[in-house]
Formats: sequence, structure tokens, C-alpha cells
Amino acid sequence: MLILLGVAVVVAGFAAGLNPLLVVVASAFATGLAAGLSPVEVLEAFGKAFNDNRYVSAAWLILPVIGMLERAGLQERARDLIRGFRGMTFGRLMIGYLLLRQLTSALGLTSIAGQTQTVRPLLAPMAEAAAGEGLGEDDRQRVRALSAATDNIGLFFGEDIFMAIGSILLMVGFLDQSGVRLEPLDLSRWAIPSAIAAFAIHGARIVIFGRRLSRRTGT
Amino acid sequence: MIKLGVVYGLAGLVFAAYAILSIRDQTNPRRGRNALFWGLLAASFLAGDRFGDLGNGILVLILAVTAGVGRLGQGTGCGAALADRKTSALRFGNRLFIPALVIPLVVLFGTLVVKTWSLGPEPLLDPKQATLISLAAGALLAAGAAFALFRQPLITPLQEGRRLMDLVGWAALLPQMLAALGALFALAGVGRVVGDLVTTWFPMNTPAMAVVVYCLGMALFTMVMGNAFAAFPVMTAGVALPFLVHRFGGDPAIVCAIGMLSGFCGTLMTPLAANFNVVPTALLELKDRFAVIRAQIPTALPLLLINMVLMYVFAFRPHG
Repeated sequence: MLILLGVAVVVAGFAAGLNPLLVVVASAFATGLAAGLSPVEVLEAFGKAFNDNRYVSAAWLILPVIGMLERAGLQERARDLIRGFRGMTFGRLMIGYLLLRQLTSALGLTSIAGQTQTVRPLLAPMAEAAAGEGLGEDDRQRVRALSAATDNIGLFFGEDIFMAIGSILLMVGFLDQSGVRLEPLDLSRWAIPSAIAAFAIHGARIVIFGRRLSRRTGT
Repeated sequence: MIKLGVVYGLAGLVFAAYAILSIRDQTNPRRGRNALFWGLLAASFLAGDRFGDLGNGILVLILAVTAGVGRLGQGTGCGAALADRKTSALRFGNRLFIPALVIPLVVLFGTLVVKTWSLGPEPLLDPKQATLISLAAGALLAAGAAFALFRQPLITPLQEGRRLMDLVGWAALLPQMLAALGALFALAGVGRVVGDLVTTWFPMNTPAMAVVVYCLGMALFTMVMGNAFAAFPVMTAGVALPFLVHRFGGDPAIVCAIGMLSGFCGTLMTPLAANFNVVPTALLELKDRFAVIRAQIPTALPLLLINMVLMYVFAFRPHG
């Protein structure tokens, strides 16, 4: 039970709004010490795991080119492009993106979009432009947050339809060890009903949000 | 074979450039702190394998303290004025989208085509890391295309990259830190303890009850651990296989596939999935750190409920 101290530290630390990096380090120590490691051993284990997981941060290599494009006016061009489409509403843009993200993820193309490479430079400014001129600051924040959410939901409820994605392979491997033989396709086709449900629920929310938004902005 | 080391070297050099640009930025009152933060990260990428486990542990500690006690700063001088960007946008028009499209095309080409190429007996790309290597190559080629099209100064990508990096700040490191914490949780056996707790506290007399415990457990455990991959083995070994599959005869493929997706509902609701839920709030300059999670909960909760219904309806149909 004491082992769960680290989990409690994370929950309490995040809830209290402390700096998450410090919360993580504190949780690592709480967990390690509860498991009977010495402070030095905890530091070693955490240092090794940190070094092994550098690939997680290596994805930031994408930022310099995103910055170049922003400086050249990509966000402004994205806004202009959306304003140029007569029939482009907030709802159509976001539902279109959701569908595209789910379909491409279902084909295994999970890395062709993402928060850094598509949401910040393209989707968020396009969504703001589609929402209309009279967008207040609070609504602008909500539009941006919903853009980020739509990317995540499209990714999560699309990728498992692809057979060779990490989570499917993890399931096949784990079940095999437990004596249950399954093919990746057996699992991935059962991701389809949930994917359809995700599209319906989130799509409906986008439509409702878009209607409220256009009532407020008066477009 | 091209391995991840090449990508690490490149990332290390870029972070080192951020550190140097930071220290020289007179408009940032905390430039020393920023330079230390990005400099340590550069050291980790360039030479992390030579520091030893304890050395890396101390490095993480300094990184966390640098960003966590006091704060990182941001310069005010960089970034093009809105008017300049608008003029530039009018000038280049849709050509601006070309480099942005280069990135996904290169990733596609790398993961689908180059991954199958080999140099003698070895594959050209490390197969496990083909996506990240392709992403790095895509970033480089897109930068090349941007140089050719927009004729920006050579320093621009580094300056602009640093501007965005400072905007993200400490959140940039959180996903890696949480991944490391996950490894420590695994070492200490956190998963096993949680699994035991769930199975001893909740009665699973009927398939419906077991479905609810498994799906809710996947979602909650994912929220605590930050990703569904950590929750899946624990909850599946503890609840799904003994109860849903073996006792009640549920179809393991349906149970596990929908169980994992129930975990993904949890991912949408936790700040511990930092890459998806915290980093975007920094990238999009949102005031509320939980804004993305708040935008996701109304989708995640009904979806979790639907997953339970789907599992109950489909997994226990008569087989054959």
C-alpha cells in the first residue's frame, strides 16, 4: 500500500498547482523510497529511465521549421484561406479535421499531424477565422482548446483501427504470454464501433459549440 | 544503419544553440536560467550515455529545480510583428503550405518506403525508430524548402525555434519526465498493488459488473499512470482474463480492444498525458492549464459509457 504514496504525491501535486517537474521528481522519490531503495538508488533508476526516454523530447526538433513558417506568415495565410471559402463554417472545418484525423490514423498515418505541426500553425488559426470576426478572448481560448481536443480525439479513436500500431501490438504480445492467441486484425476491427461513437459524440459537441459561438459573435 | 543517435546529436546541437541564444538575449530577465535549462538538455542529448545513471539522475534533478523553483523567462525582442507577417503572407500566398506539407510526406515516405530499404544485410533505418528518424528528416527537408522559397537568414530557424521553445518552457520536458516516472512505478510494482486493490474491493458476480469494473478501472488507472499502455496489462490480468473471459466466457478480442479504448477515454482526462493535454495549452498560449482536458471530458465520459455498452452487448454473444 505504501507503494501508492508516489501516486498520491502526483495527484496532490498536480491538484495543488505545483510545478509538475518537481511533482514528478517528488513522486519518484516517494515511490522509490517506499519500495525500499536508497535515495542514491532512486536517483540512479530515475536518471537511467530519463536517459532511455530521450526520444520523447527529440520530437521537438520540429519546432525550428514551424517557427520559420510562422515568421513567413503561415498562420495569417491559413486564416485568409479559410475566410476565402464562402461556405466554411467552424463546424464544417472542425468536423472535417476530426474525420481526416481519424481516417489517416486508421491507416497508420498517426505522425502526419499533431499539436505542434498542425494544430498550432494551421488548425487553431483556421478555426478562429472560421468562427468569425467578433470572437472575444474567452471564446478564442475555447476555440483553441477545442482544436487541440479534436486532434487528440481523432488520433486516439482512429489509431487502434490500424493493425500495426503500438497499442495493438502490446495487446497481442501480452495476451500471447497469457495463453490467448489473437491476430492483430481480431483486435483492430473491434476498435471501429468506438471510433464511430467518438465521431458522433465529438461531432455533435462541435456542432453545438459552433451554434452557440455564432450566436455570440452574431454571424 | 541510421539509428536514433543521429537524431539525438542533431537535437543536442539545436538545444545547445537555444542555450547560446538565450544567454545573449538581453530582453529576457531570466536569461541565465533559460540558458542553463536548455544547455543541460543539450548535454543530455549529446553525451547522456556517458554520464552514467547517477550522473543522469543529478542532471534531471538540476533540470527540475532550474525550471521548478523560480521560473523560466521569455524574451520580448524576438518574433516578427503582425504587420510584417501579414505582408509576408500576402506575398507568398499558398506557397507557405508547401514546406508544411513536406513534413507529413517525408514521414509517410520514410515509414512506408525507406523503412524497407536495406544497406547490405542491415536495414537503412533502425526499424523501431523509423518514425522519429523520418520526422527529423522531414523537419530538415521542410527547413530546406522554406529557405529556398522564403530566403530567410540562416539563423531564423534557430531563433524562431527558441522563441517557440521558450513559449512551451518546462512543459517541453514533462512528457519525458513522466515516461521516466512510469519506469520507476513499474520497478516498484505500483501496477500490481492497484490491480490487487481493484479485484479485492469490487464484487464481480455478473458480466455487467465485471464490464463496469474493467472499463472504469482502465480509465481511472490510465488517468493515474498517464497512459493506457501501463494500465492494460494490470487490469487485463487482474479483471478481464480471470472474470470476463474465463468465468463469463467473453470474447477476448472484443473485451481487450474495447478495454484499451476505455483507457484512451482516461487519457483524455489526465494532466499526466502531458504531450496531449498539457503541452498544447502552452503551445496555444491558453491561460488555463486544464483547458484542453476541460474541452475533452464531455466527449470522454459518454464515450466511456458507450464502450461499456458495446463490450457488454458484443462480447457475450453466443459464439459461432
